[in-house]
Amino acid sequence: MPDVTLTVDGKKITAPAGSLLIEACKSVGIEVPSFCYYPGLSLQGACRMCVVKIEKMPKLQTACTTTVTEGMIVATDSDEVRQARKAMVELLLGNHPLDCPVCDAGGECELQDMAFSYGAPESKYTEAKNHREEQQWSPVVYFDRPRCILCYRCVRVCGEGMDVWALGVQNRGVSSIIAPNQNDHLDCEECGMCIDICPVGALTSGAYRYKTRPWEMNHVGTICTHCGDGCKTTLGVRCCDAGAEIVRGDNRDKSGINNDFLCIKGRYAFDFAHHKDRLTEPLIRKNGKLTPATWEEAFELIGKRFREVRDHDGGSAIGVVGSNRTTNEENYLLSKFARAVLKTNNVDHHRTADFPALAAALHGKPGKTASMRDALNAPAILLIGNDPTNQHPLLAWQIRTNVRLRRAKLYVINAAPIKLRRQASGSALVPAGAEAKAVAFLGGDDSLLDALVDSQVAGGLTREAWIALRERIRGEQNMVIAFGSELRGHDIERLVSFASTLTGAKLICLGDYANSRGASEMGLYPDLLPGYEPVARADRFQKEWGKLPRETGLSLPEMVEAAKAGKLKALYVVGSNPVGRLKVDPFVLSKSFVVVQDMFLTETATIADVVLPAANAYEKTGTYTNTCGDLQLVKKAGEISNTKPDFEMIVRIADAMGCDVSGLVPFGSGTHSDMGQTRGAQSGEADRHAVWLEAHNLEPKMTPFDPMAILDEIQRVVAGYDVSRVNLLAGNDQHLEIAESGASLIQQPELIDPANDDLFSSGTLGRYSKTLNSVFENKSAESEVAAD
Amino acid sequence: MIVDTQNFMKFSDEFEARFTEMLTHYPTRRSALVPTLLYAQDEVGALTDEVIAELAQRLDLTELEVRNVISYYSMLTTKPRGKYNVQVCTNIACMLRGGEELLDHCKKKLGIGHKGTTEDGLFSLEEVECIGACSWAPAAQVNYDFHENLTNAKMDELLDEYKKKGTQ
Ligand code: SF4
Ligand code: SF4
Ligand code: SF4
Ligand code: FES
Ligand code: FES
Repeated sequence: MPDVTLTVDGKKITAPAGSLLIEACKSVGIEVPSFCYYPGLSLQGACRMCVVKIEKMPKLQTACTTTVTEGMIVATDSDEVRQARKAMVELLLGNHPLDCPVCDAGGECELQDMAFSYGAPESKYTEAKNHREEQQWSPVVYFDRPRCILCYRCVRVCGEGMDVWALGVQNRGVSSIIAPNQNDHLDCEECGMCIDICPVGALTSGAYRYKTRPWEMNHVGTICTHCGDGCKTTLGVRCCDAGAEIVRGDNRDKSGINNDFLCIKGRYAFDFAHHKDRLTEPLIRKNGKLTPATWEEAFELIGKRFREVRDHDGGSAIGVVGSNRTTNEENYLLSKFARAVLKTNNVDHHRTADFPALAAALHGKPGKTASMRDALNAPAILLIGNDPTNQHPLLAWQIRTNVRLRRAKLYVINAAPIKLRRQASGSALVPAGAEAKAVAFLGGDDSLLDALVDSQVAGGLTREAWIALRERIRGEQNMVIAFGSELRGHDIERLVSFASTLTGAKLICLGDYANSRGASEMGLYPDLLPGYEPVARADRFQKEWGKLPRETGLSLPEMVEAAKAGKLKALYVVGSNPVGRLKVDPFVLSKSFVVVQDMFLTETATIADVVLPAANAYEKTGTYTNTCGDLQLVKKAGEISNTKPDFEMIVRIADAMGCDVSGLVPFGSGTHSDMGQTRGAQSGEADRHAVWLEAHNLEPKMTPFDPMAILDEIQRVVAGYDVSRVNLLAGNDQHLEIAESGASLIQQPELIDPANDDLFSSGTLGRYSKTLNSVFENKSAESEVAAD
Repeated sequence: MIVDTQNFMKFSDEFEARFTEMLTHYPTRRSALVPTLLYAQDEVGALTDEVIAELAQRLDLTELEVRNVISYYSMLTTKPRGKYNVQVCTNIACMLRGGEELLDHCKKKLGIGHKGTTEDGLFSLEEVECIGACSWAPAAQVNYDFHENLTNAKMDELLDEYKKKGTQ
């Protein structure tokens, strides 16, 4: 759009025609105070804080609802304007309890700021204030009505943003109140968006209420450890007896792929970290009982037994199970340790999506995967399978926002009437398990049409409607195609070839946990090395890692079979719970030497011979690859003393086995450069200095426990990971190219076992989150009442 | 109103006819909410939970949205009122001409306060703002009927009449 020129406070500025005056001012650094205005939400014009004087207009105008026009002359800070704002603040404070000293929002409250800038020390009002005690609306959401300034941000973000519509405004004038959908409580997705967006302390969270003040915490921006979407979350951390306690999660840092968004898990389900059942000392089975031991004792025992098994029965008698929640560095190291030190290819993890099939189908076809940001901007989105509202809350948010603000077209092909159909401009219900047939039909195989039509599914389409839908989909350009684990193996190949007939289509493969994609890409497979390189073609890695076993290893079910036959002498489980999650019979493992690294005494840990207390992703540094293939930095926030990151434990075990760890982790590099050169322009800020050093690979990796040393290697040898280190360290997400990966094989799709987590569950981890449990219990209690 | 076994609300044919006609007046369904609420209230006596659920469903709204609107308008009520809702104006013109005294008189006579309902369910009382009958102040409105230039005596007569009508 053409620009218009206007004058603000005597300054000539230009802004695109159609932009809001408040935004135009912001773009040149003139701040117009506001409460109800929130970018991306509908305009409200409720608070009148943003009033400005516009020449030739009779009264003061609200800058948040006025669009700029050519020649407009605006004063944002005249006496008249200041007087009006002062009066507004006085009105807003009319019923306000002024309890900042105990309010959660104190110190980061927009009303406090405004009262400071414009508030009058005295009020003319002598009327008694309306008061109402705090109310608990759900395990997560609390409401202090008197603090509310009726900006309606919460109402809009819940409705427009979340498509939940759980909050409303009742009554009128001074009696207006924010009300929850169930009279005195909420029935909603518990995302906490309303709490974060509240400019004051009216909506507060059960997790953080009255715990601390904003300035008493350190704020660490890291990546959520729950689903595969990779939201950036800012953790508020405070010292505690056990180390550092995470007391709050929010998204104050809006630079992440999730912008404003976090679901309940990213915002509140960090509390598993401080669960009372957290393991804080190594356990060794003695006389049949897991007994506390020292780290040295544990490592020595593991090292001895692993070495014995390897040297006596061969590496193939050892199995390794990795995790979907450990960092890329840990997964890579585990993969390397298994192959190079344990001499086994028996490596697996809980597979939740067929990433290798995607890599195989896209081999040599660059630019065909979409990032999480693409989902927000693409003109069209095709969703096949999955239920993002529950399983990929951020993706669902991106899609809703895209449809709402940019009028993107959404097409949904699914076996269930998922909530996102409300945003769809075209949708089709298929019989359960027929998603793959729909893909083949899209690709032009009309023989499958009957299978799609014949089904007696309510909401199913007729032949003509299917054909029309296909025509519409085929006509879309630059479409993002997201698909769930319903599609595997050759179906993905088919989808990719259909996608390549469209202009600019890009794919997203949806897997379930925070670093499922990373686990895949770092080669936690019996037949794939990092970068989906088949073990049979291990030459490149042989050069890096030394001699490697060449025969395909055992998958997890095969390891179980081997254990049954007495052939699996040792099993090393890192951050995974195959007994609890994948229904592995614990009895089968009784003859193997089982080592488990975990935070809790999971079903698998209970039967282990040695259990090592692990740190979680909020307590360590590294990188995560989200389900789209966006690489992000994970930063250490919390700490529980006497737990160790999996990285360190793997290295310690290797050491105890007598392996030269400098071959495993290339530490000690980067120390030779002249560090003096970073004085001068880069001096002054410790952080910038460290970032610069690290980015130029000058940061000394002094210990073998430094994951950044392995990141160097990953960036060098794993296809697609060679992205800008500066960007990574600065906390930016970077989309990885999968096309350069090894032409991996089609895996056994039946080994994929989707987690089927919903908004209030998160695998084994979720069971240790008080917040998730309380919401879950609350919901089930309610549905029981409703069923009565 | 009849609530059938399956909990679906049934309104009169007249209501249905008006509702169908009302939908044609607006580009979106939700816009028909306010008139529909009035019709439903006249028919059922109050906007009960069932009415709210039914209308929300018919107009593609959440129940919360329907409640939001009801709470905004003082003419709409979720609790049953008396058969005759006596609304006495005490806004400026009426106040100057004895509206407040008239209200007090009603309170005493009916034995109820603002927004109260008599035990026999015949009368409710409400103090309201200007009802647009200032030229004939003091004024009161009983259901949809206006009564003007009122005095305590006239009010007594009026209430007696309604009582007679209501108990026949
Ligand atoms: S927690 Fe989320 S879903 Fe619930 S009321 Fe707040 S914004 Fe709406
Ligand atoms: S609760 Fe907070 S966000 Fe909602 S209207 Fe009140 S002040 Fe605004
Ligand atoms: S959408 Fe996924 S990544 Fe984002 S906060 Fe929720 S669980 Fe975490
Ligand atoms: S910000 Fe403009 S009226 Fe509230
Ligand atoms: S003031 Fe009573 S009718 Fe207008």
